[in-house]
Amino acid sequence: MARRSSPEVNAGSLADIAFLLLIFFLVTTTIETDSGISRKLPPMQEENVEPPIIKEKNIFQVIVNRNNDLLVEDELMELSALKDAAIAFLDNGGGVGPEACNYCQGAGDPSSSDNPAKAVIMLVNDRQTEYGTYIAVQNELVGAYNELRDRTAQRLYGKSFSQMEENYDNVNFTGNKEELKEQIEEIRDMWPQKLSEADPKSN
Amino acid sequence: MSKFTKKKSSELPAINTSSLPDIVFMLLFFFMVATVMRQNTLKIQNTLPYADQVEKLDKKDLVMYIYAGKPSQRYQQTMGTEARVQLNDNFAEVSEIQQFIYAERESKREELIPFLTTALKVDHETNMGLVSDIKLELRKAEALKINYTTRQGDAAQNMQ
Repeated sequence: MARRSSPEVNAGSLADIAFLLLIFFLVTTTIETDSGISRKLPPMQEENVEPPIIKEKNIFQVIVNRNNDLLVEDELMELSALKDAAIAFLDNGGGVGPEACNYCQGAGDPSSSDNPAKAVIMLVNDRQTEYGTYIAVQNELVGAYNELRDRTAQRLYGKSFSQMEENYDNVNFTGNKEELKEQIEEIRDMWPQKLSEADPKSN
Repeated sequence: MSKFTKKKSSELPAINTSSLPDIVFMLLFFFMVATVMRQNTLKIQNTLPYADQVEKLDKKDLVMYIYAGKPSQRYQQTMGTEARVQLNDNFAEVSEIQQFIYAERESKREELIPFLTTALKVDHETNMGLVSDIKLELRKAEALKINYTTRQGDAAQNMQ
């Protein structure tokens, strides 16, 4: 049988085909921005359940009106000052006896919150409030909690809370995950996110 | 003498392009792996607000998406300019959300249902009234884990 050398395939147009596919994928796909503020909604309540009684001083009231103005504890406030005000309230630790808070570093003002477990932030919106403002306020309040958790984690375990959570989610983390989970739970219990949202006012 | 004078060709040598397909394929694979196909065609304006205290939403199959915002330019003739809810590919009423959640749950495996999260992709100009209505419906449907999807950035930009 005569051997014939097979002719070389012309690969010059391969680039064109690949470019075509590349452009197709470039146009049809988007790198999605899937990150955001996670929240948990309260379950539906039955009609005849009485709401628990919370002392006035343990409530931090944030009202956003229809013009996107902030009213914090009956005073007008800029968004940039909200985080510090929330931290001051949560970190106050004004309780005495069994309600005292031994890890708070706040002013200890008896007219502000007793301890972080009792402190509730109440957010009231108007129906006309813009969503962007609402997210900005939520962001600042969550930021306040995160900062306090970071502080406590740094003091107890020498690393920030976000670092601990990151380690916990990391598959390649070599440390003890069980222990880490307990530490994360402990810090969450120390600074529970008690963010209550009232039904928006219609006028 | 002519032994030493090099013959200078007047033409430029052709550039070898045989590795061009390899480079392009590499780019192609990168984009194929790194990007996700858009699930829904948006019929609304959807400029998300900024936030910096964000958590990532991995596990895309465990996320249900609810969009809200003003109808885009081409739908404003028929739908008006009032903010609307979009589920899957169509405009929907707020009252249809419960049904949507149940249908989504039905399509997932049973053991995954407790981990389902609802991502709210709401335009930053929407009024809170609509968002509260959506949240009330989600509470009724017992879809309590939600995530306000945002862009990464300074939250103060939302106020401008």
